[in-house]
Amino acid sequence: MESFFNRYRSITILLLAILAQLVLVAFQVKNDRDVRMIRVWTVTAVTPVARIAEALRGGSSGFIRNYVVLHDAHEENRQLQEEVGRLKLENNDLKNEMSMADRAKALAVFQSRTPSKTVAATVIMVGAGTSSKVVFVDRGSVSGVERGMAVVTPDGIVGKVITAYPTASSVLLITDPDFAAGVVSQKGLVHGTLKGQGTPICRVDYVPFEEKVEPGEWFYTSGADRIFPRGFPVGVVKAVRSAQPFKEILVEPSAMAHGLEDVLILIAGVHQPIPDTPPVNQPVFIGSPPPADTMKPPDNPGNAPPGAPAGTEADKLRAQYRDIGAAQGHKFGEGTPGSKAPDFNLKLPGPVGTPAAPAVPPGGAAQR
Amino acid sequence: MSYSGEHILLSSQREGQISRFPAWVMLVVPLAAILFQVYVPLFFEFLSFLEMPLLVVVYFALMRRSQVGGLLLGALVGLAQDSLSKNPLGMLGIVNTLVGYFAASVGLRLDVDHPLIRLLLAFFFFLFHQFFYWLLAHALLGQQVAFEIQRTLVLGLLNAVVGISLFHFLDKLRKAA
Repeated sequence: MESFFNRYRSITILLLAILAQLVLVAFQVKNDRDVRMIRVWTVTAVTPVARIAEALRGGSSGFIRNYVVLHDAHEENRQLQEEVGRLKLENNDLKNEMSMADRAKALAVFQSRTPSKTVAATVIMVGAGTSSKVVFVDRGSVSGVERGMAVVTPDGIVGKVITAYPTASSVLLITDPDFAAGVVSQKGLVHGTLKGQGTPICRVDYVPFEEKVEPGEWFYTSGADRIFPRGFPVGVVKAVRSAQPFKEILVEPSAMAHGLEDVLILIAGVHQPIPDTPPVNQPVFIGSPPPADTMKPPDNPGNAPPGAPAGTEADKLRAQYRDIGAAQGHKFGEGTPGSKAPDFNLKLPGPVGTPAAPAVPPGGAAQR
Repeated sequence: MSYSGEHILLSSQREGQISRFPAWVMLVVPLAAILFQVYVPLFFEFLSFLEMPLLVVVYFALMRRSQVGGLLLGALVGLAQDSLSKNPLGMLGIVNTLVGYFAASVGLRLDVDHPLIRLLLAFFFFLFHQFFYWLLAHALLGQQVAFEIQRTLVLGLLNAVVGISLFHFLDKLRKAA
């Protein structure tokens, strides 16, 4: 017996490993129960690393960007181009930060306005597998999250919590083939069932062919599934095909349009009426404008009216050179090599950006 | 082991030397592969086609030439992947167990330092992985998911190309003989 085992040791262990896992799968499928312990171990081991990576991401990307900028500037060896390039990148960074701040602000505004009780969460990783439509968020049962809770953003519904771990939760996205939710159309209040297809587009099933649904129409949650409260935007209809006995309706989820970073988990959902207008027209909080004398200069001074203050230092420099050139009758880009350059040290009267009187002597020809 | 461009079958037992790796490599590399799979597609969605855990299992099974070691590594990595997905535990575990076992079996017979062999094996095991998972999902879970052959072939090729580079990098972590 011992020699038999030694001879077929590998294949025996293989069969045992396969058998054990088959039993594991069968147990879960038959009882509709999860082997929670193993999942908790893995998630607890992996999520802290993902959190640290997420925290380091902002800092490291900034470092890499700055390094590349400095490297390129050194190679170009031109003071002005370096300055302009750096300022442009700074401008982009600021715009990105503003965009992130806008999203966070929109989420905070939505959270404060919605009657539902919510908890904000950040997506920290996606589920394993090439066709996975599951994401993990950094809030778990410690924060009051439970299995089956709805996950939304101000743009629309995102999915539902399928497992709540102590410090993280897995969320089944609405694009997953296993996902389903009750929805209702905005205009005709036609009820249907939203289903994921494993692609970015979802479909709405069980809409009778005689009902009227048009492309461009919005769908909202109906509340019939007891997961999503009534009145949350789902998406816009992209295509409607007539079929028997039900229509084929394709819907583009609105929450997925700009990627997923921050979401809200509905701890206690409150039903809302279906709005009359599409969600893009929903009011968004905008603060009062600053006083007129402290107005910020326009971001794009190239399109600003003459005399308007310039935006960045590079823009001010550009406007100053333009005025100096105009004052001496010089047209940039038209001079031949070796021709006399304009005097850039010329002091112009008045603020930068305003057209100055020509400094060319009477009867003198403009230099080309 | 010196690379031979002439033959791809092992002509003697001496050629099939077992590659050894430090313990930390055996722990950190599979964990990093799993983290790559769950974290990187969050920002670079197009990289979600990469099956890094599978490639790591194939590599270690091929190079260590231990069937038991290969199947155990495959089972552990597969179960970890299952834990981070909505699958019942064991689905990817079974598939990766088989991949680990068969990759180690192949490693006993072929010159797995040969780049062409590596490319073909990475391609083959990706297809095997995808097909067997589809088969299990169909048979055990009753999922009616279509098996997209063309897409799987393209993804298999992409994974195999990435696998060549990954294997080359992991070669540097081997213990000197």
